[in-house]
Amino acid sequence: MESLEGIVLAQPFFAGLDPAIGALIAGCARNHRFDPDAYLFHEGEEASEFFLLREGDVALEIQAAGRPTLVLGTVHAGDIVGASWLIPPYRWNSDARARTPVRALGIDAACLRGKCEDDPRTGYAMMKRFAPLLVRRLQAAHLQLLDVYGRSDPA
Amino acid sequence: MTVNPYLPLPYRVIAVRQDTPDTATVELRPVGAAIPEPAPGQFTMLYMLGVGEAPISVSGAPIEGAPLAQTLRGVGAVSKAIIRLQPGEELGVRGPYGTIWPVAEADGHDVLFIAGGLGLAPLRPAVRHVLANRERYGRVSLLYGTRSPQDILYRDELAMWRRMLDVQIEVTVDRAHRSWHGAVGVVTELIPRAGVDPSRTIAMVCGPEIMMRFSVQALQAAGMPCEHIYVSMERSMKCGVGLCGRCQFGPDFVCKQGAVMRYDRIAHIFTVREI
Repeated sequence: MESLEGIVLAQPFFAGLDPAIGALIAGCARNHRFDPDAYLFHEGEEASEFFLLREGDVALEIQAAGRPTLVLGTVHAGDIVGASWLIPPYRWNSDARARTPVRALGIDAACLRGKCEDDPRTGYAMMKRFAPLLVRRLQAAHLQLLDVYGRSDPA
Repeated sequence: MTVNPYLPLPYRVIAVRQDTPDTATVELRPVGAAIPEPAPGQFTMLYMLGVGEAPISVSGAPIEGAPLAQTLRGVGAVSKAIIRLQPGEELGVRGPYGTIWPVAEADGHDVLFIAGGLGLAPLRPAVRHVLANRERYGRVSLLYGTRSPQDILYRDELAMWRRMLDVQIEVTVDRAHRSWHGAVGVVTELIPRAGVDPSRTIAMVCGPEIMMRFSVQALQAAGMPCEHIYVSMERSMKCGVGLCGRCQFGPDFVCKQGAVMRYDRIAHIFTVREI
């Protein structure tokens, strides 16, 4: 059986990670399976765990009373689900719903935050991976907000 | 090009296909003389009698004997009038103008098409050319992003391409409700997931300029050389033959030295405002 440490180090998100740090992260990890339509988390709940998707697709959704559920984005195998575990007050800003059978590695947020506090190398390794992810998602959100395919579109 | 570059030739509408609520493809046949066969990436000037003229990308070539097909969104007086035409009615066509997608240069390479919104229309002739000559190319991928599921162009053809099994077709929308089961997110997010080999891939990118800027950034982040990237620039074009200067882009006229341009040749002005 594959070890949690091996699974962590095999994730594209952790490419190039020092194996010693991989072992620390694996100490906070556990495997999950979600059936289609199961929720990984709900908006407003404590962001106690984030997920690395190993298989399957997840939709990030927002509910609004009287309106159809809006899909903010979809994430896929190899992607991270959730960054709110890093930023106080550690609450999810959306729902995350499995669209297909999902296998994921869950990382306990308090456990990993504690290890990042104790060991700056671990904290820096995590920041180096999460900062580009957050910037990419911010740029993607900008593009979505710009509505670039609106009526001034060419052709 | 027609003998007099400003003289449109009469064409008759044989069909108008509604692609999305505000976008349609008109299919045209010459009433008499025809314009030369457009190459993938070229555009024509469509002249609506009594209304005006607009540059419209050819979206239907190249299939032998096929009608001239042009896809347009009804946003201005001319385009709105054209998509309301009925079969049998006439309009003027001159051209074709502009540069072509590098389907010859891509021979022997992998090909990555990145389309945003209506940008799929000018790319469709190139996709058709590559698929019609499939043995000449390596891996072929099309990444298509648009506003919502209702705005997806050429649904039937996308589905047909997907069924070909040796073509990667990925579609994403910027916004959707839960009833949409496909990907949601911007088209640039598809680029790192596409798994292309940047050293052997030619990328052809078409869409709104902001979308192309972000796409080029993502391609460069994936390691693609600038000279492997082609974009289709959009400027307000009037004469179509590089005389009036309205579509000037740095030292070039988009109607003549474009609209398809190799990125390394324009990289220094690609993000310059008001150039």
